[in-house]
Amino acid sequence: MVRQKLLSKAGDPAAESLSPAPAVLLDKVLFSWPGRRRPVLDIPSFSVRPGEHIFIAGPSGSGKSTLLGLIAGIFVPRSGRVFVNGTCLNDLGGAKRDAFRGDHIGFIFQQFNLIPYLSILENVLIPCNFSSLRSARAGRQAGSPARAARNLLERLDMSPGLWNRKVNQLSVGQQQRVAAARALIGGPSILIADEPTSSLDADRRKAFLRLLLRECGEARSTLLFVSHDQGIAEGFSATVFLPELNNAAGEDG
Amino acid sequence: MTARFCYLLFLAGKSAWNRRGTLLLVAFSIALSTTLLLGIEKIRTQIRENFVQAVSGTDLVVGARGGNIQLMLYAVFHLGGATNNMGWRSAREIAGRPEVAWAIPVSLGDSHKGYPVVATTTEFFAHYRFRGGRELSLARGKAFASVFDVVVGAEAAKKLGYVVGQKLVLSHGSGGSHLTEHADKPFVVCGILAPTGTPVDRSLYIGLDAMEAIHLDWRGGAPMPGLRILPEQVAKFDLEPKSITALLVGLKKRGQVFALQRAVNEWKTEPLTGVMPGVVMDQIWSVVGVGEQALLFVSALVTVAGLAGLAAAILAGLGERRRELAILRSAGARPVNILILLACEGFLIVTAGTVGGSVALILLIAALGPTLADMYGIFIYLSPPDSGEWLLLGCICLAGILTGLVPALRAYRMSLSDGLTVAI
Repeated sequence: MVRQKLLSKAGDPAAESLSPAPAVLLDKVLFSWPGRRRPVLDIPSFSVRPGEHIFIAGPSGSGKSTLLGLIAGIFVPRSGRVFVNGTCLNDLGGAKRDAFRGDHIGFIFQQFNLIPYLSILENVLIPCNFSSLRSARAGRQAGSPARAARNLLERLDMSPGLWNRKVNQLSVGQQQRVAAARALIGGPSILIADEPTSSLDADRRKAFLRLLLRECGEARSTLLFVSHDQGIAEGFSATVFLPELNNAAGEDG
Repeated sequence: MTARFCYLLFLAGKSAWNRRGTLLLVAFSIALSTTLLLGIEKIRTQIRENFVQAVSGTDLVVGARGGNIQLMLYAVFHLGGATNNMGWRSAREIAGRPEVAWAIPVSLGDSHKGYPVVATTTEFFAHYRFRGGRELSLARGKAFASVFDVVVGAEAAKKLGYVVGQKLVLSHGSGGSHLTEHADKPFVVCGILAPTGTPVDRSLYIGLDAMEAIHLDWRGGAPMPGLRILPEQVAKFDLEPKSITALLVGLKKRGQVFALQRAVNEWKTEPLTGVMPGVVMDQIWSVVGVGEQALLFVSALVTVAGLAGLAAAILAGLGERRRELAILRSAGARPVNILILLACEGFLIVTAGTVGGSVALILLIAALGPTLADMYGIFIYLSPPDSGEWLLLGCICLAGILTGLVPALRAYRMSLSDGLTVAI
C-alpha cells in the first residue's frame, strides 16, 4: 500500500509561511449525517496547496465521498470550517455556495452524472452556462466556450463524430471522459474526482488518469482524486490515507 | 441574465421533450380544459349576442300599454300573446312622423303546426336587422306578393319539410293542439328565409292583408255560421287591418329615440308603450341567463382539474429528476435557477396546452359550426377572441404558471445533497 506523508497540516506555522495560501483547508471539521449523533468525519486539520494532485485513499465507509462533498460545498460541517481558495464555505448561503462551486470547482462523479437528454457538447458546456467566470476563462482559452469544449473533447480522445450524440449512446469510458471535460471546462482551480475510474478496466483506467493529470497540469488545477485502487496513485503529488486523517469511524463510502 | 434565462428555457424545453409522453398527456388535458372553457365562453357570448340582437337596428318597439318585457316577448320572440292590440291608425301616424325612417307593423295570433304566424308588410324583409345589422335574405323563392303567399323561416321550413310552391293551412290561435284551421284559405309557400339564429327562423310570414282575409268570415275567435268567403272573393273586401300587435320603428337619427318614446308613451288617442329593444333584451337575458354562470363554473372546475394534473405530473417527475436538478446545481446552478427552470417547464406546458386548446376550438367551430346552426339553431362563428376570452386565456396561463411554481418551490427547497445521494 502506497502511503505518502500528508503534505501540510493547518496550523503548521513553518509550512504556512513558506507556501502560498492553501487551495483547500479544513479546520477542526466535524460532520455527521442529519439525525445521527455519531460523526462520519472528524478531521482536525487538512490542507492542500494550489496545483497539487492529491490521491485520497481509504476503505469503504471511511468518509471519502463525504470529504469531497464537504470540500465542494455540497455538505456543510456540523462544526469547524472548510476553506476553498481562501473562502470559508460555511459562511456562504446555499445559493452562494452553488455559485462559488460553479466558478471554482469541477466535480467528476462516480456515476458521471451526465444529463441524458443533452448532447455531449451540451453536457460539457453546462458549467459555462451557470458561471460567467468559467465561461469567460473558456472564452479566453479558446475564443469561445463552445470551441474550448471541442478542444477539450479532442484532447480527451473524443472524436468530433460523437459530439452531438446523446450521452446514453456512449460507452462507459466515453461517458467518463465527457464528465471529465465538463469538470475541466473553464479551468476550475479545484477539480474533485470521486472514484471516476471504478467502472473501467486497468488499461482504460491508466489512460484516463494520464489524460486527467495532463489536463489538470495544463490548467494548473488542484486535483483531489478519490479511489479504492491505490495502484493508480503513482502520478499524484501525494497520497492521503483518510482513516489516518479522520478521527471518526465513518459510515460513508 | 438574459442569456442564462434563455439557457434555462432551452433546458426546460429539452427536458420536457425528453418526457414528452407524460407531458403531452398533461398538455392535452390542459388543452381540453381550455377548449371547454373558451368554447363555453364563446357559446355563451354568441348565444347572448344572438338573443340580445335578435332584433337590431330597430330603435323602438311600440305596442299597446303593458309591460316592457311582455311587449318584447310577443313582438320579437312571438312568445305569449298581447292582451291588447294597438290601433292601425296610431301605427300609421307613428310611421308618418318625420323622424321615422321606417316602420314594420306586426300582427300575431295565428300559428302553423306550433310555429307562430306573423302578419307584416314587405318592409319587414327590407328593414329587419339582426345580430349587428345583418339583413334577412331569402334562401329560396321571393317575398309574398299576393294575399295567400307565405314566407317560411329556415328552421320551420326544414322541420316541416316545406319547399317553394307547397300549400299549407294556418290554424287560428296558438299554443293548443286542437286549433281550428283556416282550411278554406290555404297559403302557398312563396319563399324560404335563410337561417338567422333568431326567432325569425321559427316563424311564418304573411301579409297584413292576408291576416285580415282569413278572418273575414270569423267573429269572436270562431267562424261565423252560414258565412263562407272564398279565397277568390277576398279581394272585394277592405283588407286594411283595424289593429296590429306591435310596430317596429327605425329612426333617421338614433338620438331622437327618447323624444319618440316619450311621445308614444303619452299618445293621446290610445294608451301605448314604446320600448328600446336593447335595454329590455338585457333585462330578459339577466333573467334567463343565470344558467350561463353555472356552465362557466363547471368549465372552470374542469380547468382546475387540468391544472391539478399539471402540478401532479411535474411533482411526480420531480422524484425522477432530483439527480438531474442536483447535477445542474453541482455545476453552479443556483436554487433560483432551478425554480425558474421548473416554472419555465410549467409555462411551456401551459402555453402548449392553451395554444393547442385554442386551435382545437377554432377547428371545432369550423367543423361543427354549420351542424350546430343546422341542427340546433345555435350560431357560433369564428371570431377573434374578445376581452372575456383573452381574460380567460390569461387566467389559465397565470393559473398554470402558479401551479408550476408549486413543484418549482419544492425543488428550490431541495438540498443539493438530497439529489446527489439518490440512487439511479
